Amino acid sequence: MSEPTAPQSPWQTATIARILRRTPRVVSFFLQPLQPFAYRAGQHIDVKLTAPDGYEARRSYSIASAPEAGEQVEVAIERLDDGEVSPFFHDVAAVGDEIEVRGPLGGHFVWPEGDQGPILLVGGGSGVVPLASMARHRAALSSKVPVVLVYSARTWDEVVFRDELIELDRRGDGFSLALALTREGARRPADHSRRIDLAMVAQSIAYFPSPPGVAFVCGSNAFVTAASQAMIDAGVPARIIRTERYGV
Amino acid sequence: MKGNAKMVTRGFSGRRPPAGDARIPPGQHLEHGFPVLSAGPTPRIRTEDWSFTLKHGPRPIKKWSWAEFSALPMTKMTRDIHCVTSWTKFDTPWQGVLVDDILADAGVEPPTAFTLAHSFDGYSTNVPTKDLVVGKAMVALLYEGKPITADHGGPARLLVPHLYFWKSAKWVNGLQFTERDEPGFWELRGYHIYGDPWREQRYTNDP
Ligand SMILES: Cc1cc2nc3c(=O)[nH]c(=O)nc-3n(C[C@H](O)[C@H](O)[C@H](O)COP(=O)(O)OP(=O)(O)OC[C@H]3O[C@@H](n4cnc5c(N)ncnc54)[C@H](O)[C@@H]3O)c2cc1C
Repeated sequence: MSEPTAPQSPWQTATIARILRRTPRVVSFFLQPLQPFAYRAGQHIDVKLTAPDGYEARRSYSIASAPEAGEQVEVAIERLDDGEVSPFFHDVAAVGDEIEVRGPLGGHFVWPEGDQGPILLVGGGSGVVPLASMARHRAALSSKVPVVLVYSARTWDEVVFRDELIELDRRGDGFSLALALTREGARRPADHSRRIDLAMVAQSIAYFPSPPGVAFVCGSNAFVTAASQAMIDAGVPARIIRTERYGV
Repeated sequence: MKGNAKMVTRGFSGRRPPAGDARIPPGQHLEHGFPVLSAGPTPRIRTEDWSFTLKHGPRPIKKWSWAEFSALPMTKMTRDIHCVTSWTKFDTPWQGVLVDDILADAGVEPPTAFTLAHSFDGYSTNVPTKDLVVGKAMVALLYEGKPITADHGGPARLLVPHLYFWKSAKWVNGLQFTERDEPGFWELRGYHIYGDPWREQRYTNDP
């Protein structure tokens, strides 16, 4: 099995080309890799930070940009105040800095090739990142595959990519967005002001012309566990649900 | 990056891991919680519905019910575990049935050099047979003295602590001896065929 081929996606240097604040706690970094690479919507990269004494910290970040977006890879990083790596990105990293990255990585949580039926996307907090890549990819392809994105955030102001996602929804080409705000009232008719539950999933999939063929859930472990249970309770078969858990 | 020169990240000093770094493989950091990672939703398997099958290729060698399996000799194993998403957790205490004892109960010697572990959710992972025997691996039934919870792979998970933790298949329901090293679920999706954390074999073809 182990053919002597090159490692998949070796480490390389990427330069921070642009920094864009998305919400009070989430900032996007546009990385220009020395060796640009192709990727699929839903994949992630690993980043490695190295201290002067050689100490290394490494984390995974989902790619937010669409594969069609060009050479720069967008990651959107949420600040965890007591974390090691995310505060570095928020407080220290600047345009022009070089960061070691490897990618693309991950081959399961990826936009399906070929027609597999309607697609249900469910994200919590920064878990929307790979789903945003999928929504952007769908738009770039002018795909007509029906997609619902159910996206839970604490408040309206914490909805990452909010205006862009609402704009994609407005096109009326089969992509629809339902926000679940957990600490504020809903603002759009399609939105909710509670956590994702069975009724919300049922309402979202009722919009599809046929049952979903694939479902993606991404966010913290607690979010993914609760949301996938709500999906199963709403009749989404467990075998079509793909999960990406961001850890704690 | 050329050669072995390390690139230092401007302005990064890092949070030092506490004592015991020699136990932390390269690129890993110490974790005190127990994060959960898996490809899909958590299956809830009742022990009444649980069974474990040992196979050689397509041929079943022996099948155990929960009652039969949990009556096999139990061994304690306290080990450091290493997840490919970069956390390491020290001294995780497990109890279960050594693969050696499963083979002994079935009355067989390992017939091939390769094994695929299978799970209730359709997940599989490949491990060389030599990494499963002579006390190296078990099918764990208890964590910290209590039944393993569903999100950590209960009722039973494979434990191969010296390899990255995706090899320790959750919700395990069988071991299958194979003639060739056949990549499992994650191994077909970009992860390393062997997965030694000390050699940082995270992704396909890492040396
Ligand atoms: C495939 C994948 C994709 C991801 N994509 C994204 C993404 O797109 N955007 C994003 O923002 N994140 C993403 N993540 C999460 C990301 O990798 C990091 O885990 C996250 O940024 C936190 O890293 P940190 O170094 O800031 O925090 P860490 O230092 O790792 O700490 C994480 C949390 O654990 C707690 N903690 C730390 N040390 C301890 C300790 N010793 N004891 C108890 N608790 C402790 C901290 O309080 C903190 O809240 C992804 C993760 C994965 C696996």
